[in-house]
Amino acid sequence: MLRVIAKLFIPFMLLFALYVQFHGELGPGGGFQAGVIIAAAVVFYALIFGLPAARGLVPDAAVESMVAGGVLIFAGVGVAGLLLGGNYLDYFVLDRDPVHGQERGIFWVEIGVAVTVSGVMIKIFYMFAGRGGGDPEDA
Amino acid sequence: MAVLVIAIAARRNLFSVVMLASIYSFLMATVLVGLDAVDVAMTEAAVGAGISTILLLAALHLTKGEEAKTIHRPWIPLVISTAVAAALVYGSLGLPAFSDPQAPIHTHVVPRYLDQAVKETGVPNVVTAVLASYRGYDTLGETTVVFTAGTGVIVLLRLRRRAQQKREAK
Repeated sequence: MLRVIAKLFIPFMLLFALYVQFHGELGPGGGFQAGVIIAAAVVFYALIFGLPAARGLVPDAAVESMVAGGVLIFAGVGVAGLLLGGNYLDYFVLDRDPVHGQERGIFWVEIGVAVTVSGVMIKIFYMFAGRGGGDPEDA
Repeated sequence: MAVLVIAIAARRNLFSVVMLASIYSFLMATVLVGLDAVDVAMTEAAVGAGISTILLLAALHLTKGEEAKTIHRPWIPLVISTAVAAALVYGSLGLPAFSDPQAPIHTHVVPRYLDQAVKETGVPNVVTAVLASYRGYDTLGETTVVFTAGTGVIVLLRLRRRAQQKREAK
């Protein structure tokens, strides 16, 4: 029963995370909150179906690359601004229309924040939860 | 909330302390919604009440459920924390009145952000505009802090596990 409800719930949690992520420009929310909600969905999955199942769904290597990848996306937006002739983290130059450039910059920056935050949260949860049971293969 | 704080301090069972702290976070989120800070309230509810409760429970799983009795009487910490609290309350007397439009914080850059943010960035949520665009450097630093914290936890826990495996191998 619990598994059925969880299966029904998790897609909506992820959908809500995406809503918070991409609607953050209009309503409350943004990258940080969306990242936490994504992590919460994975943690929920791990609580219901067990840690090995969650690790199979979202492997450690993917989580670790998320941790670093988000910061790289954020910093990469800054470098893109440099290459297009602005200052570091200048978004005006990302598009011909400066307002569009701003929107594009904010979009990617928020994605970077979400990726890093959810990666770190999931990873910390994996490391904490993996220690108790004496799980031999968690690394 | 004051009742909750006293209960948290008085309780010896760590499980109920974690639960009370989670309730405290939810109340805090409600207060923040009341103050019209919906972005912060969302973060508080998701991080404070959600993820950190889970992490504390996971940590609790690794330790004992009861707080150990203190060996010495904590008089010096009590005096220090009371003194700091008194200093903070004294300092708060000098703050401008709540939602005073003439307060310094409302007269420097805030009017410019509120007037220009939509025109300059095309983003109606001013919080997002300030976070991601005007204060982009700060947010980049923040993300780096999260990254560093995560890396630190990974390194610490992994080192201990390696040491454990070595000991078992011997």
